[in-house]
Amino acid sequence: MPLTSDEVRKVALLARLELQDDEIEKQSSALNNLLEHINVLQNADIELVSPTSHSIPVVNVLRSDSIVPSLDRSVALSNAPEARDGCFLVPRIMDGDA
Amino acid sequence: MSDLYTLTANEASRMLQAGEISAVELTEAYIKRIDETEPSVQAFITRTTELAIKQAEQVDRQRQAGDSLSPLAGIPIALKDNLCTEGVLTTAASRILHNFVPPYSATVVNRLADAGAVFVGKANCDEFAMGSSTENSAYHVTNNPWDLSRVPGGSSGGSAAAVAACQVPLSLGSDTGGSIRQPASYCGIVGLKPTYGRVSRFGLIAYASSLDQIGPFSRDITDCALLLQAIAGHDPHDSTCLDVPVSDYLSAVRNPDIRGMKVGIPEEYFGQGVASEVASAVLAVARELEAQGAVVEHCHLPSTCYALAAYYVIAPAECSSNLARFDGVKYGLRSTELAGHIGLSEKTRGEGFGAEVKQRIMIGTYVLSAGYYDAYYRRAQQVRTLIRNEFDQAFEKYDILLTPTAPTPAFRTGEKSDPMQMKLADVCTIPVNMAGLPGISIPCGFVDGMPVGVQFIGKAFDEATLLKTAASYQLATNWHKRIASIPG
Repeated sequence: MPLTSDEVRKVALLARLELQDDEIEKQSSALNNLLEHINVLQNADIELVSPTSHSIPVVNVLRSDSIVPSLDRSVALSNAPEARDGCFLVPRIMDGDA
Repeated sequence: MSDLYTLTANEASRMLQAGEISAVELTEAYIKRIDETEPSVQAFITRTTELAIKQAEQVDRQRQAGDSLSPLAGIPIALKDNLCTEGVLTTAASRILHNFVPPYSATVVNRLADAGAVFVGKANCDEFAMGSSTENSAYHVTNNPWDLSRVPGGSSGGSAAAVAACQVPLSLGSDTGGSIRQPASYCGIVGLKPTYGRVSRFGLIAYASSLDQIGPFSRDITDCALLLQAIAGHDPHDSTCLDVPVSDYLSAVRNPDIRGMKVGIPEEYFGQGVASEVASAVLAVARELEAQGAVVEHCHLPSTCYALAAYYVIAPAECSSNLARFDGVKYGLRSTELAGHIGLSEKTRGEGFGAEVKQRIMIGTYVLSAGYYDAYYRRAQQVRTLIRNEFDQAFEKYDILLTPTAPTPAFRTGEKSDPMQMKLADVCTIPVNMAGLPGISIPCGFVDGMPVGVQFIGKAFDEATLLKTAASYQLATNWHKRIASIPG
């Protein structure tokens, strides 16, 4: 069943992606096309097949818990759109006057 | 010498070591070549000419001082713009990273810098490596040096076009579903996607972390071996980069002997969509290998038909998660519209990402959302197991598999307006990423003046056999020696 515009808006909200009205139209049709193609997966015989998350078997990699040099704070903040007092600055997340 | 830019890296390296040319001389020849051809090809987003000259001068000083140097010392190289370079703009061809200057370099970049390679610039690509034509770059398209009205392929189209146009002898790209091999095929050069875990991904701006791998572009197979040697091997900064011994790739391409080698031709790779001229060029490679003593047989990988669909669940799922980091807080674009915290993120991402990236984030978010996970994501991962198992079975019988790299030669810019049609360009390369195997594309002919590539697929961590086979083929053929003549 094709996704409706409202469902596409909901996915966009989950993805934190602002889409303009004309984009909603385009994304809906592109998504529905792709989903139609992806549906061929329903034909695959996958009973008793375990999923693969990584192609090469990797296990947890451990290292000694020792202090090594890392980026200086000012360097780590150098690309921030806004920073103050050694922190990333973001818009207020609570309503009302502080 | 006016045509230094036609040298392979290996030839140039020999001349540098013999003191016949200096690194500065070589670098200047390539910079001049870029100046001349870049208006037509447009392979670069950022050029780093000053840095290149500085690096070349350093190599010349070291050589004069008698230091022992890597064969890559003084060799110009281009880097795909999704590889972080400390102090050099790195955009991933996205507007959302239009001002991002990384505070550190990718491990591959550090290794090449330590080897004395000379960085001439950051190559164009599809935004965040998502695409098959480099048309999804937020900055400009790149043109195929063989026909400027055609695409160079993608996503590593700038890296491939730069090598095909002799702007550099070597470049690095990244390959998630074919993004090195398909542009190599379209541009008539060599492109290798190493085994997943062979090369560190640290500092590669992630698209789909279980599929991404960095690899080399070059005009011939010796240069491919040279560059792979420099970047392969364990890196503690990438926990998926395995501590598996690195072969001597240069010795693999020397005096290659493929007598008795078993080559499988999976018939599913010659199905719908593969142009008959492409199929014949590729099958001619099989006959040449046979003439050289290989044993060639047809075989079957029946789950190949599900690979594209499974890829377009898994890759977008991983992409939607990886690209969540671009929220206007830590780096890159921040929307100037005031909208609170969530609104800031939504607006920044809405303004900063292009249409294809948005589509993949959307599909990834959808297939991972509550109620759909089992139907799509889990099922796609199960199909991934089927694909892996079939490759495993095939490699019990064969040393390599031989297929087309792409169904057709390069298409015209703007020709594939339907995104689904575009995605079919990767149908022969995607299964290889799903199974984490190494794959190489080398030139094997021309159709209507445009180059065509053949793909060899190998066992995990057996890049040496791919290189050996390709070297053996290149000894008997001249396709890789042709150079595009670029209208000025």
